[in-house]
Amino acid sequence: MTDVLLRVEALTVAAGAATLVGGISFTVGREKLAIVGESGSGKSLTARAIIGLLPPGVRRTGGRIALGDRILTTTGWQGVRGRRIGFVPQDPKYALNPAHRIGRQVEEALVLHSRLSAGERRERALDMLHRVGFPDPQRAYRAYPGEVSGGMGQRAMIAAMVIAGPDLLIADEPTSALDHALRDQILDLLGGLTDDTGMGLVLISHDLRQVARFADRVLVMQRGILVDRLDAGALAQAGHPYTRALWRAHPSAASYGTRLPEAIEETLQP
Amino acid sequence: MMALTVANLRVDFAGKGGTFSAVRGVDFAVAEGETFGLVGPSGCGKSTVLRVLAGLNRTWSGQITALGQTLVPGQAMTGTLRSAVQMVFQDPYASLHPRHRVARILGEPLVVRRETAIPDKVADILVQVGLSPALALRYPHQLSGGQRQRIAIARALLLKPRLLLLDEPTSALDTSVQAGILNLLVDLKQRFGMTLVLVSHDPGVIGHMCERAAQMAAGRIEDILDRSALAALA
Repeated sequence: MTDVLLRVEALTVAAGAATLVGGISFTVGREKLAIVGESGSGKSLTARAIIGLLPPGVRRTGGRIALGDRILTTTGWQGVRGRRIGFVPQDPKYALNPAHRIGRQVEEALVLHSRLSAGERRERALDMLHRVGFPDPQRAYRAYPGEVSGGMGQRAMIAAMVIAGPDLLIADEPTSALDHALRDQILDLLGGLTDDTGMGLVLISHDLRQVARFADRVLVMQRGILVDRLDAGALAQAGHPYTRALWRAHPSAASYGTRLPEAIEETLQP
Repeated sequence: MMALTVANLRVDFAGKGGTFSAVRGVDFAVAEGETFGLVGPSGCGKSTVLRVLAGLNRTWSGQITALGQTLVPGQAMTGTLRSAVQMVFQDPYASLHPRHRVARILGEPLVVRRETAIPDKVADILVQVGLSPALALRYPHQLSGGQRQRIAIARALLLKPRLLLLDEPTSALDTSVQAGILNLLVDLKQRFGMTLVLVSHDPGVIGHMCERAAQMAAGRIEDILDRSALAALA
């Protein structure tokens, strides 16, 4: 936590005249940082602004993002994206190319960003596939994404993003498309890789229970601004009313027979 | 009085590589007014059970009675069951016609049943699910995920079901939007006097909603959980 890998200062993101992220500042070190909030809070846009993958019509309009000593502007991503920052999206079904074998996609970062020979790349890819939990890496290397399950697809995606040894990995709701038991496995994998490699991890999530178990620190976003920052272990006793409402909105056997705090942002009549 | 009884239900899917038994002899009963859960990992057969109960999969064997009537394998539901059993799907975007406005999506089942005063009934049901009647003029893509799921629930409610089948109704939604939908389902169950069967992979959702639940794995029920067992499910 002593070295700052990423420094975000007064970041603003807008779509036309509408401000979606309204000037937020934070740093990420060699740690697991979670950004939480409801749909529309700007958490995903913040993540996407860092790696320059904002959706069409949405622009970064201000602020400064520094990765180590390099200032990230809205252009010039060669050597940064894939090499120094990896991005794991929500659903690997749409992120992996269905027409290419998994091995080729895992190797791609090495093709672009290293001078390794084909044989060395293959060795590294097989090793990476093994590390992310494929029991038979040779078979996974040859498989197409459609031939593996959603959980294994997400493992392949993570392998592709981590193989080049990035400083920072951004994971945007990486487990939302998976069922309950798989979610913990994928988070354990991400956490293990983060600890082993010393990279920083930014996890975007709406699931505070998951974040409490997994992350070190938490940033809470509401309507495009940071309203709370706290240690993940303190989430259950959060002082901020918004953080507390998000925590209590999670259903469980303990909340049976009670009303949950509702969509704090989603107004029913827009 | 049991709203639903299921005995020795089996569902096989025949494919190129042979036959896959998705449901391998399942027994349970749901009392009237109860919320009953089916919980388990992907592929355990819980959604397949629900699709049989909804009449969407007619290739099964076993004995099922729903609301006092016996279902027959291979045959479509008849009579009052066709409206009294309704289903809400996981992905509301995939279950609402993308090129129909909300008014038409909700009005169509009423047209089929030759009901009158359809616009009034549509407006009324929108209010019941916590939406503005003005949303009747929107297309599904102009709604948020939570609003779309409320529309899917409204469509099921319009036929005044007594048995509502819910297949992962909130797993595509954010936690706080999910909270709103779960609260709505609890309200509607009481207001409309319904029995609910809820499929979810999330033990939290099952624990919050259900009086009892069947824990499924690999096509079988491993355990029927009561409230004290649900509390231990975590």
